[in-house]
Amino acid sequence: MTRRVAITGIGVIAPGGIGTKQFWDTLTAGRTATRTISLFDPAPFRSRIAAECDFDPLEHGLVGEHVEQLDRAAQFALAALREALGDSGHATDPAQAHRTGVSLGSAVGCTQKLEQEYLALSGGGKEWLVDHTAAGSRLYDQFVPSSMAAELAWAAGAEGSCTVVSAGCTSGLDSIGHAAALIREGSADVMIAGATDAPISPITVACFDAIRATSPRNDDPATALRPFDRTRNGFVLGEGAAVLVLEELTAARRRGARVHAEIAGYASHGNAYHMTGLRPDGRELAAAVTDALAEARLPADALGYVNAHGTATRQNDVHETAALKRALGSHAARVPVSSIKSMIGHSLGAIGSIEVAATALALSLGVIPPTANLHHPDPELDLDYVPLHARETRTDAALTVGSGFGGFQSAMVLRLPEGRTA
Amino acid sequence: MTVVVTGMGVVAPTGLGLDRYWAATLRGESGIRRIRAFDPTRYPTRHAGEVTGFEPADHLPGRLVPQTDRMTQFALAAADWALADAAVDLDAIPALDRGVVTAGASGGFGFGQRELQHLWGESPKKVSAYMSFAWFYAVNTGQISIRHGLSGPTSVYVGEQAGGLDALAHARRQVRSGTRLMLSGGTDCSLCPYGMAAQLAGGRLSPGAYRPFDDRASGHLPGEGGAMLVLESAGHARDRGRHPYGEIAGFGSTFDPRPGSGRPPNLRRAVEQALADAGTEPGEIALVLADGAGRPEADAAEAAVLTEVFGPRGVPVTVPKTGTGRLYSGAGPLDVVTALLALRDGLAPPTTYVDRVPEAYGLDLVTNRPRPLTGTAALVLARGHHGFNSALVVRSADRAVAAGAAA
Repeated sequence: MTRRVAITGIGVIAPGGIGTKQFWDTLTAGRTATRTISLFDPAPFRSRIAAECDFDPLEHGLVGEHVEQLDRAAQFALAALREALGDSGHATDPAQAHRTGVSLGSAVGCTQKLEQEYLALSGGGKEWLVDHTAAGSRLYDQFVPSSMAAELAWAAGAEGSCTVVSAGCTSGLDSIGHAAALIREGSADVMIAGATDAPISPITVACFDAIRATSPRNDDPATALRPFDRTRNGFVLGEGAAVLVLEELTAARRRGARVHAEIAGYASHGNAYHMTGLRPDGRELAAAVTDALAEARLPADALGYVNAHGTATRQNDVHETAALKRALGSHAARVPVSSIKSMIGHSLGAIGSIEVAATALALSLGVIPPTANLHHPDPELDLDYVPLHARETRTDAALTVGSGFGGFQSAMVLRLPEGRTA
Repeated sequence: MTVVVTGMGVVAPTGLGLDRYWAATLRGESGIRRIRAFDPTRYPTRHAGEVTGFEPADHLPGRLVPQTDRMTQFALAAADWALADAAVDLDAIPALDRGVVTAGASGGFGFGQRELQHLWGESPKKVSAYMSFAWFYAVNTGQISIRHGLSGPTSVYVGEQAGGLDALAHARRQVRSGTRLMLSGGTDCSLCPYGMAAQLAGGRLSPGAYRPFDDRASGHLPGEGGAMLVLESAGHARDRGRHPYGEIAGFGSTFDPRPGSGRPPNLRRAVEQALADAGTEPGEIALVLADGAGRPEADAAEAAVLTEVFGPRGVPVTVPKTGTGRLYSGAGPLDVVTALLALRDGLAPPTTYVDRVPEAYGLDLVTNRPRPLTGTAALVLARGHHGFNSALVVRSADRAVAAGAAA
């Protein structure tokens, strides 16, 4: 019998409010969380805005040792895990610990701590031969981001396959896709799957400044991220995490777990084109969508919602729109497509998992979140981008897509399992 | 479906290219030396496995040189060599049907340190336009995909030293799902001062030599390099007349409980999963390429698993990475290369620097000189810091070819 994959728990740490409920309230209200950077002084930078989490780790189950030693990204992941486990009601049976695994996505790992430690060891950037005796005891953990998956595994009591998937800005889709594959093939029964990133640090801001990828709309941060709008001028960095509890569907039902949605299909392709550039025809992203639909055994017109990558760069908007038309045919003109990045920013690797969470909630709760800040539609783009206001729409299947540096193009299809309607 | 290896490319401190690497490895040569990438005098560990004679401009287009960290330059060279070795006509395979999955451990750390220095020692405007994609963990998959037009499945696995085997397992999964060809493996290089400081903070580097399973074991030395492999189905290899090196036959992966939890570690379970996945018994395994952490406690734990599964002195064990240092994401793929060549030639390469193995370990460690082997399968182990355990079984070409003919 075919093994299927159920989402039974969701935990989200996102800008605009910590926790899944606050996250969903932000999205459905169409509220933006982009603002002037407060985590450090952004004055020297071209883009001085970001979507930040107002996150107090002690309020979310972390202890002093975590707060001192773990990178902010690891803290987000642990807090999201705690919420997801509570939501799911899953507790790892120690005798079955080897059947529970972890698949955590992250694009830039423990960047903040690595930058802070570097400053301490290098005399503020002066010394090439850094002083190793000044290093914190956890510097190695930050050096290898796999340490974050280890923290999740220990917290969840998982002793099965454990990994970090790091495919840039599609990491959060690819980590969940990997986890679903392990459950489907029988290598695991339960997977803790998600992604985390906390990239709002000087080095990351400087990187994106250098290639002018981020928005310089410093005088109006709240409306800075404008996907599919002709006044767009780049993305706004975000941060956060989403962690899901995935279980084999039959087993989840047997224990009476609530199923938010099912992971029905997933695929990823490389565009083999350019490390930061996108071909306007969207061919590889379209192939990922087609393959994900095929794995889900669903026709394109079964989709009632598309959660877009929607980064508010012109090349993405064109690429993504072309890819959806290529893969979905005439249905592309009918299906609502929205970008939640317009509200919570682009948290690099984390956003893919946050968007899977949003897509599952859209199916489960029957509401499609809007694309905020879309007042001046780009006349060259002609899909229904759900401007400004959420829509109540009951639908059984949805798609979420991602695209990132390195050419990664990923797509995931979610659906409500039989007997479960919104 | 039988998934076979038809091409291999190696960049190692013991040799550039497959043939030179294998010849040096059989001779038990070492690429460990005093670090030249930076002045190591102030650090308590001053030796590492460094790749010598690698001129990036000889191996990749000039415009890519300033855009890439050294670990990416290794990856691009190893990928080129693996594809050439496989003698595959990529144009005959649709772009969406040829993919790449690599492992990373710590990214392009040297590139990262330089740009941190530009940012903080100079100004934000001095940060390279390439930094946004040169240091991150996904870069090798991206660059290889672009260079060879690989638009099939693409991904990146990070699991410290274990990640390289995880990447190969995922590549096998993709071939089984119908992708015609996958390039997979890993290369690493963290031989920069900040990378050294980070590894020293981990507390597992040796102040002297890297001697796993030796009673003088005092930690490991880092190295740079790794390997890339071409994977395809046995049927496709046969159809295009390629004799494969062998088969990726089985894989297992587990994670250890939190230290101090009182629960047992899980390396043994990973080994058992890999053997079961390969449909084999311990008796079929002719050689084990051990992880060889080089710390007494970790060595004892690995030796205990090997004696539990194979019996005391029940299987020849070797750790050729004593000659390269630990290569992190590159280690597992390079050991898989070594295992396949050992089965091909019926010769187990020796573990260098090690000649005082405690009797209590119950290990039959191959030392000093290569040892003749008989058998059709080998087991590769890789453990990543924090508790990652991966195990992979390879089978010799003859068995794989028979399976391809039956397919």
